[in-house]
Amino acid sequence: MTRTDATDVPYPDAQLHFGVFFQGVNHWTIWSDPASGSQIDPASYRRVAQTAERGLFDAFFLGEGLRLREVDGKIHDLDVAGRPDAITQLAALAAVTEKIGLVSTSNTTFNEATDLARRLSGLDLLSAGRAGWNVVTTDNAWTGANFRRGGYLDHADRYLRAEQFLTVARALWDGWADGAIAGSTDAPAWSAPGSVTRVREHTAQFDVDLAPTLPRSAQGHPVIFQAGDSAEGRDFAARNADVIFSAHGTEFDDALAFADDIRNRLRAAGRPSDDLRILPGTEIIIGATEAEAEEKRRWIRFSQVTPATALNVAGLLWNLDLTDRDADGPLPAEDPVIAENSGAFGSRRIADPRETVARWRAQAEANHWSLRETVIALGPQRGHQGTPAGLAEKFLHFARHGAVDGFNITPYLIPDGLDDIVNLLVPELQERGGYRTEYSGSTLREHLGLREPLTRRATATSRQAG
Amino acid sequence: MPTPLHLTLEIDGDGAHPAAWRRAAHPPEALLTPHRVRAVAAIAENAGFTLVTLDDEALPPGRAPDPVGRIGAVERAAFIAASTSVLGIAPVISTTYAEPFHTSSQLASLDHISIGRAGWVVAESAAPESARAWGRPLVDGPAARAGEARDSVRVTRELWDSWEDDAVIRDVATSRYLDADQLHYIDFTGETFAVKGPAIVPRPPQGQLVVFAPDGLVPAEQVDVALVAGRDVDALRRASTGTPLTFAELEVALDTPTDTAAERVADLDRLAGWPDRGRLRYTGGADGLVRLLTELAPLVDGVRLHPLVLDEDLAVLSRLVLPALLRARTIARPVPGASLRTTFGLHRPTNRFADRLTPAGDAR
Repeated sequence: MTRTDATDVPYPDAQLHFGVFFQGVNHWTIWSDPASGSQIDPASYRRVAQTAERGLFDAFFLGEGLRLREVDGKIHDLDVAGRPDAITQLAALAAVTEKIGLVSTSNTTFNEATDLARRLSGLDLLSAGRAGWNVVTTDNAWTGANFRRGGYLDHADRYLRAEQFLTVARALWDGWADGAIAGSTDAPAWSAPGSVTRVREHTAQFDVDLAPTLPRSAQGHPVIFQAGDSAEGRDFAARNADVIFSAHGTEFDDALAFADDIRNRLRAAGRPSDDLRILPGTEIIIGATEAEAEEKRRWIRFSQVTPATALNVAGLLWNLDLTDRDADGPLPAEDPVIAENSGAFGSRRIADPRETVARWRAQAEANHWSLRETVIALGPQRGHQGTPAGLAEKFLHFARHGAVDGFNITPYLIPDGLDDIVNLLVPELQERGGYRTEYSGSTLREHLGLREPLTRRATATSRQAG
Repeated sequence: MPTPLHLTLEIDGDGAHPAAWRRAAHPPEALLTPHRVRAVAAIAENAGFTLVTLDDEALPPGRAPDPVGRIGAVERAAFIAASTSVLGIAPVISTTYAEPFHTSSQLASLDHISIGRAGWVVAESAAPESARAWGRPLVDGPAARAGEARDSVRVTRELWDSWEDDAVIRDVATSRYLDADQLHYIDFTGETFAVKGPAIVPRPPQGQLVVFAPDGLVPAEQVDVALVAGRDVDALRRASTGTPLTFAELEVALDTPTDTAAERVADLDRLAGWPDRGRLRYTGGADGLVRLLTELAPLVDGVRLHPLVLDEDLAVLSRLVLPALLRARTIARPVPGASLRTTFGLHRPTNRFADRLTPAGDAR
């Protein structure tokens, strides 16, 4: 493999940023291996976060659960499940880590804005400016069945609510003047008079009136992450986010097209085109040789996609109960059943089952794949595999051409799945000048090289819109 | 040997007095920092307290010129859980406006993080301003708030049981991670909300966290520890809570090497009054407090201390009061590895959803 020529690329100084996504659900986390640890033991979280910190990662990232997944009215029992409340777990990790960012996925539909903003603010203070918030929305009554409001929100309103939610949160985070709290017990008052501004928001989604109870952290606001891939989601990110997760990080052309699209949307939103970090989610499989990496990939995929999981994944696509079929046999002969609701909740929907099934059939036939092999080959898991040096070259090629700013890595094993990446890949990247050799800052915003929070910039751009 | 008195410390802010910050050993700007949270917990753990509690509310803790900032109790509690090893930790979560599902998840997570050292201090939000701070319709009147507290505690407890202890089976042969038969919908429907379940968090290590509540807020059968106010020892003696354990609330101001307790109280009272919450209050020397706690030991199961100024009173408690009580075996340090329930002598509850049929092959 040729070395990337660092002088003939659009972003020769690009530095890769890594995050780690400790997944609480999905079959990508292998649990059947003897090396697989507990998904709820605090030691697992500590181990992954501290390994990531040793590898100078920007962020440790947790997903959110609001209801256990179901298939046909039964709780889905094939995959890892059962996870902690994200902010609570991250507040604990703040005590046992020093530098790494701590990012919570938190829902704008089934939280109240003032409550969640305060919890994130607390995490931000306890971590001395390392908090992040991955903003997610949902709208379904199925999730709402666990909450006071039930399924109250129309699909069309979920980003509207998210946007108004952010407005409330930012107003709270901006509610205290800098240096509001006294520096001495002899001061006239604990906080300077007039330094705390009440927040009053009366919008379609929120009716709040309160005095914020927390000052800004060392990084100003928690860093805002967003993962939506629809046009609406991308525009939401372009208007609001500091970091975007994506599923566009495997193929270079696809990654670059996504990044260019985001840069265009940023400019349209009146922001500099480098105002947002692009961190696609990925799995990274490392071998001493390409052949070893390929062998490892096969082992990982067959561990992830057991016969039962293959039948479940295919069942979601066909919208049929396939549990009594043979996963090592051919694809189901039937056409997929097209229905409004698939009976599966909490799993990703497949946009066009007929087209997908036709593609699966053609590929399975051409390659003589069984159903399980087809699920493995064509399923949604995306990743990179290779030697440490080969992966380092590839990732720097991506970064130096502006296709990504880094990756949010999903380990396939908990809690040791990051070890190879930190021990083998990171040094290769460092040797090539594409990865930090120490933390230069102490906040998540500094790690990511981000500007001030959007509402804290002394410009008139936001006022022009009004 | 009699059961030791469970000595508990409330560690919110700078102390129980609204103007406590004036006598704090740190500048106001150091209050909302990780260093401060960690340091207070470490002192409490080293001193031999069984438990710390952390007050909370969506509204500011005080009015200017006194402190108006506070980090959420659950976040502080989780941070403390990861920085301590034997100390019990119980945050306040108010039930009036919070989502019971989130409350349950947060507390179960805290119990996992602390490996079974967590409790919950149930509270209500009486001020109408709380509704506006949350952006929720006002829950008006004591009866409505009590209804929210009752239903929230019930739902929270049911969610903790919605995973049986062995629901994670990791059965490679059948490729099943979970045993769905050991997961339970709670299907709760109350007057103001409904919750389907099951929880997203596996059953807490203690099965059920230790639930504390002010006497009378929640039906006694839902509570492990009633927190009882009362201006004198006789009032505490008469308390009949119907709960497994009863803790007395005790506000304390102690003599320090430089000032008497009375002088310290007077100093702060010049700036702001120390509100009367109907609790027993002790002002004086360490010896007298040791005598009072020794007198209370046979009457109640525990005492929660609310020090006038944490930085001043906690130093005296650590140096003089707890050592004397430990020597006299009036109190005992928590045993490493013991859950909070075990420390309190509470059994680990069976799961309300677990199959109650006698298994085949059981001799009984």
